[in-house]
Amino acid sequence: MNNLFPNVQWETIWAATSETLYMTGVAVAATFVLGLILGLLLFLTSKGNIWENKIANTVISAFVNIFRSIPFIILIILLIPFTKLIVGTILGANAALPALIIGAAPFYARMVEIALREIDKGVIEAAKAMGATTAQIIWKVLIPESLPALISGITVTAIALVGYTAMAGVVGAGGLGNLAYLEGFQRNHNDVTFVATVLILVIVFIIQFIGDFVTSKIDKR
Amino acid sequence: MITLEHVTKVYPSNRGEVTAVNDVSLHIQEGEIFGIIGYSGAGKSSLIRLLNGLEKPTKGNVIVAGRNIANIKGKELRQARQEIGMIFQHFNLLWSRTVRENIAFPLEIAGVPKEERLKRVDELIQLVGLEGREHAYPSQLSGGQKQRVGIARALANNPKVLLCDEATSALDPQTTDSILDLLVDINKRLGLTIVLITHEMHVIRKICDRVAVMENGKIVEEGEVLHVFRQPQQTITKRFVQQITEPEETKETIAHLLQQYSTGKVVQLTFVGEAAEQPLMTKLIRQFQLNINILQGKISQTHHGSYGVLFIHMDGSDEDIERALAFIRQQQVEVEVVTNE
Repeated sequence: MNNLFPNVQWETIWAATSETLYMTGVAVAATFVLGLILGLLLFLTSKGNIWENKIANTVISAFVNIFRSIPFIILIILLIPFTKLIVGTILGANAALPALIIGAAPFYARMVEIALREIDKGVIEAAKAMGATTAQIIWKVLIPESLPALISGITVTAIALVGYTAMAGVVGAGGLGNLAYLEGFQRNHNDVTFVATVLILVIVFIIQFIGDFVTSKIDKR
Repeated sequence: MITLEHVTKVYPSNRGEVTAVNDVSLHIQEGEIFGIIGYSGAGKSSLIRLLNGLEKPTKGNVIVAGRNIANIKGKELRQARQEIGMIFQHFNLLWSRTVRENIAFPLEIAGVPKEERLKRVDELIQLVGLEGREHAYPSQLSGGQKQRVGIARALANNPKVLLCDEATSALDPQTTDSILDLLVDINKRLGLTIVLITHEMHVIRKICDRVAVMENGKIVEEGEVLHVFRQPQQTITKRFVQQITEPEETKETIAHLLQQYSTGKVVQLTFVGEAAEQPLMTKLIRQFQLNINILQGKISQTHHGSYGVLFIHMDGSDEDIERALAFIRQQQVEVEVVTNE
C-alpha cells in the first residue's frame, strides 16, 4: 500500500474525509430545510394557490434566481464578509457552511417547487373541501405527496454539494478538495489527488444509492 | 337543506368576464337526491363548488345546513366544510396513504382522537364494502374501489350533505351502477342529502328524485325526474331524455320505416308509471281494424317508477287510426305521430 501511494498519509486522508462528510452532512440538512421552506413559499404564493401573492412570489423568485446563477467559487468570495460575521473565521470546515447552504438552498428550492407543482390539484382541492387548514395541507398533503421527488431532489443537491465542498476546500475550507489541492496539486503528489478523487467518488455513489433506495421504498404510485 | 338565492359567479379572464353561474335560485330538500345535468361548460362544476365554498359567489346567498357559505370564512368555513362531504370524478385520493389512512384523513383534519378514528374507519370500510382491501394503496385498486374509498372518506365526519362531482364519469357502466346503488343505499340508510352533477341522463334516471337542467350558467328546467322525463320542455332537456330512451339506431330505423310504409302512421308512445304495465297493444288490436307492427321499444326504471317508449306502425283506414289514437290518449299514454321531416 505504502509503495503504491508513497505520499499518502492515511490519517490525514481520514481527517479530510470526515471533514468533507461533516460539511456535506450539515449543508445537506440545512439546505433541505431552507430549500423546502423557500420552495413551499414559491409554490404557495404562485398563481391559483393558497397564498397567491404576486409581489411575494416575484421577490422570492428573484432571490432564488440570483443565488442560483452566481458561480459557486465566486459566491464563496462574495460571502467572505458575511462568513466572517457569523462564523468568526474564513478558514476551516465551518467557514464553508454559509456559502454551501446559500449556494445550494435556492437550487433545491426550485426542485421543491417543481415537485409540488406535480401534485394533482384535485388532491389539494379535496383536502380543502374536507376543511383542512393550510398547515394541515402542507404537512399532510403537499410534503407526503411529493416526497419521492423531494428525496430525489435532495440526492441530486447533496451530490452537487460534495462537489462544492471540494471547491470550497481550494480556498481553505479543509476536506478532500483542500487535500487534493494543497498536497496533491501544489506539491505534485499525484497519488494523493488520486486517492482523494476516489474517495469523493465513493461518497457520491453512496449518496446516490441511498437516495434511489429511499425513493423507491416510499413511492407507492 | 340547501338554498341558493340569485347566485351568480363571474370569473375574470383574458377575454373579458365569463359568467359561469347566472342568477341561479334553487331549493334542495333534506334527504333527497338532487341531480344537476348539463354539458361541459354549462357551469355545473362551478355551481357544486359554490356549495362548499371552494368557489365564492360573486352575488347571492348559498345556504347549506343553516349556514350562509357565501359569507363565512376561516374556521367557520372549515367547520361547515366538515359537514359537507364531496366525491370527485378522479377520486383525488392521496397515493401515499393506504385505504385506511385515506379514510382516516378527514378525521385527522377534524381532530378526532386516534382510537375513535380507528373505530370509525372500520365502520366506513364495512359501509362501502372494502373489507380485505384496508391496507392496499390507491394504485392497487380498481376505479370502482377508488370511488368507494372516496365515498367512505367523504362520509367520515358524518356530513349532512354529500356533493358528487361527476362521480361516475370515469367509470365503466357496470361499476357506475354499483356506485350508484351504493349512493342510494347511503341516502336511505343515513338520510343524507345528495347533490350530484353529471352529463349522463342514465345517472339521473337511476337514482335522482329531482333534476335540474343547466345550460349557459342558468337552470332552464327543474322538477321531479319522472315528470321531466314525461314532458321535457326545453330542447336541451329533450336531448338529454333521448340519451336513454332513443338510441341512435332508433332514429335511423324510423326514417327507414317511414320510407318503407307509404300508408298508415308511425307513432311514438310514452308510458309512465302504471300505464307501462297495461296490455295496451292487445286492446288496440282487438278493438280496432288495424294492423299493428311493433318497431322498437324500451322500458327504463327510474328511482320513482318505470318509464317506457314504444314505436309502432299502425295501418288501416284513417278513421280507425284517429279513433285508435284517441283511445290511447285516454289510457294516459303520451302519443306522438312521427313524421319524416
